[in-house]
Amino acid sequence: MTTVEEKNSDITLAISNLDMYYGAFRALRDINLDVHRNAVTALIGPSGSGKSTLLRCINRMNDLVPGTRIEGEILFNGENIYAPGVDPAEIRLRIGMVFQKPNPFPKSIYDNVAFGLRINGFTGDLDEAVERSLKRAALWDEVKDRLKSSGLALSGGQQQRLCIARAVAVEPDIILMDEPASALDPISTLAIEDLMRELSHEYTIIVVTHNMQQAARSSDWTAFMTMGEDRSGYLVEVGSTHEIFTNPKEERTEGYITGRFG
Amino acid sequence: MRLTQNRRKGSLVGSLAYWLFAACAILSIVTTFGIVVSLLSQSLGFFKEIPIWDFLFGTNWSPILKDAEGNRHYGVLPLVAGTILVATIAAAVAIPIGLAIAIFLAEYAHDKVRKTIKPVLEVLAGIPTVVYGYFALTFVTPQLQKIPLKIFQEDLLVFNALSAGLVMGLMIIPMVSSLSEDAMMAVPRSLRYAAYALGATRLEVARKVVVPAAFSGIVASFILGFSRAIGETMLVTIAAGATPRFTFNPLESIQAMTAYIVQLALGEAPHGSLEYNTIFAVGLLLFFMTLGMNVAGHFLVRRFREEY
Amino acid sequence: MRAESSNITSKLNPRLVLRKRIGALAYTVFVLSIAVGLAGLLVLLTQVLLQGLPWVSWHFLTDYPSRFPEIAGMRSAIFGSIWIMGLTFIFTVPVGVGAAIYLEEYAPKNWFTRIIEINISNLAGVPSIVYGLLGLALFVEILQMGRIIVAGALTMSLLVMPIVIIASREAIKAVPQTYREASYGLGATKFQTVKEIVVPHATPGIMTGTILAMSRAIGEAAPMVAISALVYITFSPSSPLDQFTVMPIQIFNWVADPRPGFRGLAAAGIIILLVILLTMNTVAIYVRNKTQKRSEE
Repeated sequence: MTTVEEKNSDITLAISNLDMYYGAFRALRDINLDVHRNAVTALIGPSGSGKSTLLRCINRMNDLVPGTRIEGEILFNGENIYAPGVDPAEIRLRIGMVFQKPNPFPKSIYDNVAFGLRINGFTGDLDEAVERSLKRAALWDEVKDRLKSSGLALSGGQQQRLCIARAVAVEPDIILMDEPASALDPISTLAIEDLMRELSHEYTIIVVTHNMQQAARSSDWTAFMTMGEDRSGYLVEVGSTHEIFTNPKEERTEGYITGRFG
Repeated sequence: MRLTQNRRKGSLVGSLAYWLFAACAILSIVTTFGIVVSLLSQSLGFFKEIPIWDFLFGTNWSPILKDAEGNRHYGVLPLVAGTILVATIAAAVAIPIGLAIAIFLAEYAHDKVRKTIKPVLEVLAGIPTVVYGYFALTFVTPQLQKIPLKIFQEDLLVFNALSAGLVMGLMIIPMVSSLSEDAMMAVPRSLRYAAYALGATRLEVARKVVVPAAFSGIVASFILGFSRAIGETMLVTIAAGATPRFTFNPLESIQAMTAYIVQLALGEAPHGSLEYNTIFAVGLLLFFMTLGMNVAGHFLVRRFREEY
Repeated sequence: MRAESSNITSKLNPRLVLRKRIGALAYTVFVLSIAVGLAGLLVLLTQVLLQGLPWVSWHFLTDYPSRFPEIAGMRSAIFGSIWIMGLTFIFTVPVGVGAAIYLEEYAPKNWFTRIIEINISNLAGVPSIVYGLLGLALFVEILQMGRIIVAGALTMSLLVMPIVIIASREAIKAVPQTYREASYGLGATKFQTVKEIVVPHATPGIMTGTILAMSRAIGEAAPMVAISALVYITFSPSSPLDQFTVMPIQIFNWVADPRPGFRGLAAAGIIILLVILLTMNTVAIYVRNKTQKRSEE
């Protein structure tokens, strides 16, 4: 078994001194987090701790909500994604997202996977790219005979894998997953977790989860967040998953992990 | 004891109320029946004398005036053509503009902007159609006459299909835009987020995700708008003319089905005469045309609502 | 494995600048569309005001139509409209609200109810002239009422009934279910609950819907033309059994008249009609806002 140290340990994403505001309300306080390339980083913590908000800062999805602003930096391969003049659409091409509730388009399976490729002017073999993405999402065998059928006709677990295939099709560097299995049954959940491990060989995965066993099983790095008295979310502790779960440094981390609160 | 007595009285009142209310609701079915039966019965007199084939497919409509040989003609197609000509021009105006407004309101506009624009559209929708007719005749036609328009060597006449069609388009815009907007707003936000997360621009999200997802609702708005245009009376009566003519030239005068009915209603054809009964025959045809379109439109709206 | 992926990345041609430009262009088109609608409305109102204001005067409201535009007025049409509106209101509200109550509170969810609902939404789309023909055939001819106000009001009631039903249904739907449950919990019958709880709470919404239906009715000329068949009367109706004309018909008559001055009269008539409509709609919106505030307390 590869130890964490033997994995490629470049830092692909560096979040420094990040504050995030909804209007006057501070939702995230002073986040500092380094994300390792080609590893699975889990964000855990109680509800309201800002995990999903942080995730949506990374691909600038919060830009779509009026009245939000950030202070601080997020460096993606050395460049600040919030620098003026940076187009969020560019970021989202390189940093993809899978949502909590599966949201395939009301189009065919093929058109779902091909969507991102088409709008970004893909010039290669579309059939091959679609097949490759569906294989990577462990869905190909189940749907290869009905690519033209509607994506909505699939089961919940299949729909989520379709969304993963869709995100993977444009070959992002980082894939953000916001509680990807929480709306699914236990068997599909395990399938998604296996998929995350597989995908981390090629992509960097950042996953928000409220399921601690999932974080312990599937991630290489874990970051624990919680909600402060001013109701802003802040990062308590981050480290390798093994360390966080067996020997956490902070008392609050230990309390959460052992189930004393949260 | 008192309670049980009141209970019995209460239940009598209750069932009386039930049947009263039910009767009110059933009145709607009676109304539809009434429309069909009354139109049919009055036009039966017409169809006894004029074969339905001649009516539906004849291209000469002059039920009052005799031609050079002393014959009257009862082919309804010129009226139908006139109606459809005006309605098509109206649709050509209202569909693009209405859809564009709907996309703007659903995908781009901030709340404040929506709150300002929607009342304006409601005002447009609430203006009586005689006012639109007045506008078409006294403003639009003179303005159009200033432009040298010529189709097939004909100039723009004072009564013409183009002015009526353009103003009718203005009148229908609110209908198309509000129905389309409802359809687009019903598309769940999660679909838009999925598209943004793949690097789509706002226009791409609107064009490639929202509009296709809302498609049946949008098409319903087109159909219902067109149906409204076909059934409209005062605008075409005032501005489009009283000359039944089978033509596709919008610069010419035509007569719409509804305008013909008004002409006859104000005229002096005696009750029960053949000429008089023509208004019921034309009315029956108009009823079925709009009924077909409305049924299709509502079917699409219902199907769309079931998807979301 | 990553070599494959750099294949994809190199084959992607995002052309973000171009796509953003196209988006900006589309945005301009959208805004222009709104401008067209807005401009149309403004031009229309300006035209009406310019042509009509010189003709609006007190005597315009109180005089009868005449061959001479200077002394012509809308008196007969105004009274005719008032009569028609009043009777339509009396006919429509009880029946329309009754139907709405049935559909929302009593009707089982079966195919028959479905048919009634489909029927109502179809009736809402029937051209108004067809209602005129129905009224003509049924009230004027078969029931031999003649071309009187009652026939006109009955016809108009049928026309606006679907609007009142639909609006009332919405208002009744908006009554919180908890109110009903509280009433039943105290032993009230369905009728008592409807009478004491549901209808009072829904009344402002019903009123708003009714006013909006009335404002639609006041502008309708087509069905009245079919019933009354008169465009020029020089008396005011004094009973529901009189003949009549209404404001939109009077306007229509003047618009169609090519003699000088009558266009101006038509425009003046339009101004009066629009003012009345504006008042009605303002009242409706006022009522709606007032009740929204109340339910937010």
